[in-house]
Order: sequence, then structure tokens, then C-alpha cells
Amino acid sequence: MDGSFILAHVPDYLSGAWVTLRFGLYGVICAMVLGLLCCLLRYFRIPVLQRIAGGYIELARNTPLLVQLFFLYAGLPRVGIRFSAEACAVIGLTFLGGAYMAEAFRSGLESVDRAQVEAGECIGLTRGQNIRYVIFPQALATAAPALFANVIFLIKETSVFSVLAMMDLMNVADTLRTSGGRTVEVLFMLVVAYLLILLPVSALATLVERRLRYAGFGNQHSV
Amino acid sequence: MQDLGISILFKGVNFQRLLMGLWVTLRLALITIGLSGVFGLVFGLLMLSKRKIPKIFCRCWLEIVRFMPQLVLLYIVYFGFARLFGWDLDGETSAVIVFTFWGTAEMGDLIRGALTSIPRHQTESAAALGLTKGRIYLHVLIPQTVRRLLPQAINLSTRIIKTTALVKMINVTEVLKVGQQIIGQFYRQPDAAFWVYFVIFLLYFLVCWPFSLLARHLESHWA
Repeated sequence: MDGSFILAHVPDYLSGAWVTLRFGLYGVICAMVLGLLCCLLRYFRIPVLQRIAGGYIELARNTPLLVQLFFLYAGLPRVGIRFSAEACAVIGLTFLGGAYMAEAFRSGLESVDRAQVEAGECIGLTRGQNIRYVIFPQALATAAPALFANVIFLIKETSVFSVLAMMDLMNVADTLRTSGGRTVEVLFMLVVAYLLILLPVSALATLVERRLRYAGFGNQHSV
Repeated sequence: MQDLGISILFKGVNFQRLLMGLWVTLRLALITIGLSGVFGLVFGLLMLSKRKIPKIFCRCWLEIVRFMPQLVLLYIVYFGFARLFGWDLDGETSAVIVFTFWGTAEMGDLIRGALTSIPRHQTESAAALGLTKGRIYLHVLIPQTVRRLLPQAINLSTRIIKTTALVKMINVTEVLKVGQQIIGQFYRQPDAAFWVYFVIFLLYFLVCWPFSLLARHLESHWA
């Protein structure tokens, strides 16, 4: 291992990490919004739209991100629909992630016991209050581990953004590897960079899950 | 009038070439799924062992695959191992090593989860009924474990199929690469890329979707 090589290229990795993190976060946020929307469309059985949401979830969950990105970035421009590489990255990650987030939210909503909703109605809560104070907090708490697992999954998936010629961590490493031949140092820094991004996310997940332990009140499985 | 781009897929053996390309990744996925199943069983049992060292070893292994993008692991084996150990592995061998490394840990964790989810009283009741140890496993524990495990194992298999698309990034000629070759041949057809990538997207969907449906069916049927 060559320490001076590593030190000299820390700035390259920082800029790569910034691309990975920034577009990963954009994708995660958009995916959460899309996922919540799809989940609600299905939960409240909105006609037609629930079918569309269901079909979208199947399509997105059963195809690889790499193939989705090729279609977006190299396929669609040929029929006149053109996005920048950055837009493709966010759209692709949102398309993939939205479906996974929707499934996580759904499992949360389904875990809320019917009796809870009925009890809410009995004490005179309106439908809106029931959702706001009874269903949503419990559903979110139950869904939290799956949601965080999806966040980590999506940030990992950003590693294919290099096919869009974006200078994310993976592409920075690949460029350095082909130009300098210091494969071991380059890969070592890549591993460290991903750990530095993902370990805090994982720590945050543990913290949030611990604070949301009140979920599942009345379920016999959890205490 | 100009032909639609989709017609190029039916010229000559283009469609067969795409299918052969898809088979390259599917074959890798099948080998990986088989090996992961076998090693995963050992991994799962090691995680449940009462000794500390195998437990910690498995824990570390699982954390590595949870935190490292599969593409990074592929790069380490494909480019890094040649440098570190002088092993010049081809793309497909590297892919099988990496995906099995990943699949073993994931499958092992599923097996561990399925085994621990069976309540103790099942074993105790069976013993009270006078079943021998072998019969307890055969009639009580294994059937219940398989019921819990199978839907999740099928879901993991579709993830493995989707993930093998990444071999494109280490120069394996798979379906996307074949697609690019076809597009290159028909560069005068402006919308060729759109149709080729669209068909690849559909092919992946048609491969993975039945597995997802089966997993969901088993889950609701057996739950």
C-alpha cells in the first residue's frame, strides 16, 4: 500500500462520495414520496390508480436498475425523450426505490391492528384524526427497519451510475484504476469510502428504531 | 415508409442472440442460487452454533455483504485479486465467487431466521408425544422451517437474477452487451436502441415476475 498515493487522491474520492451521496439522497427522498403515494393509493383502494400503482410496483421490483438506466439513458432519447445523466440517475433510482418503499409502507400499515382503528372510532376520533394519531405513528414505527434497509439498498445501488458517465465513487475509482494501475490502493479507498457513507446511515437506523419502540401496541408478537 | 425499430429484433438471429445473452446471466444466477443454498445452510447453522468464533465470523461476513455494493465486491475479485494474489480470474468466475459470497450470507440469515422462528413448544410437544429426535425433525421442524423459508428464498433468487446483470460492468458479454452490438449493427435505424433496451427490460421482467408471484402465493397460502 502506498500511503502518499492514497493521500493524494482523497479529494477525488471526496468529490465522488459527494456525487454518490447527493444523488443517492435525491433518489431516496423521491422514492419515499412515490412509495408513500403508491401505498396510499392501494390502501384506500382508489379505483384505476391502485391498479396502475400495483402494475408499476411489479415492473420496478422485477427488473434490474442497470437495465432501467440503459432504457432511460440510451433508449428513450431515440424516441425523442431526453434526460440529462443526473436526471436519469434520480429518475431511475426513484423508479426502483418507489416500489420497494411502497412495499415497506404497506407492511407497516397492514401491521396496525383493526381493533386499534375501531377503538379510535369508539372514542370519537374522526377519520383524519384516526389516521394522524393512531394508524400513521404505529405504521411508520413498524415500517422503519424496512425503510432504512431500503435507504441502504438504494445508496448501494448508486454504484451503477457510472454507466451514465457520472463521476460517482465507482467511476472515480475506475478512472484512477485504469490510469494509474494502483489497483489495490484504489479499491481499498473505495471500500473505505462506502463504509464511511453507509455506517452512519446504519447507526442512524438503529437509533431511530430504538426511539420508535412503542409500535405494535396490542400485538401479541411484540412487547 | 421506414420500418419500426422493433422489426430489427426479428431480422436474422437477433432475438435468439438476445436470449443467448440473457442465458449467460441466468446461468450464472442459477449456479449462484444452487451454491448459495448449499453454503447458506452451513452458514445458517453456524450462526446458530453456541460457539463464539463461528458466530462472530458469520456476523462479520454478513455485515460485509450488507454494506458493500455488489459491484465493489465484483471489482475487488475481478481486478483486485489479480493484483493481490496473481489470480487472473475471468469475469464469469469472479461473478460466481462474488454472488455466492453474497448469496450464502443472505441465504444463511434467512435459514437462521426460519429456524429460530419455530417456537420451542413445538419440539417439546413432539417429544412429549413420544416422537424420536429424527421424527421430530422430519415431521415437525423441517416442514415448518421450509414453509417459512421458501417464499423468502424465492425472493432472494429473483434478487440474485437481477444482480447478475452487473456482470456487464466486468466485461462479460451478456444481454445488454449483445443489445449494444445489435444497435451498433443497425445504427441507421434511429429507434433501434429504444426497442432493444425495451425488450431487454421486458425479458428481465418476464423472468423475475413469475418467481415473485410464486413467492407471494406461497406466503399467503402458508402463512
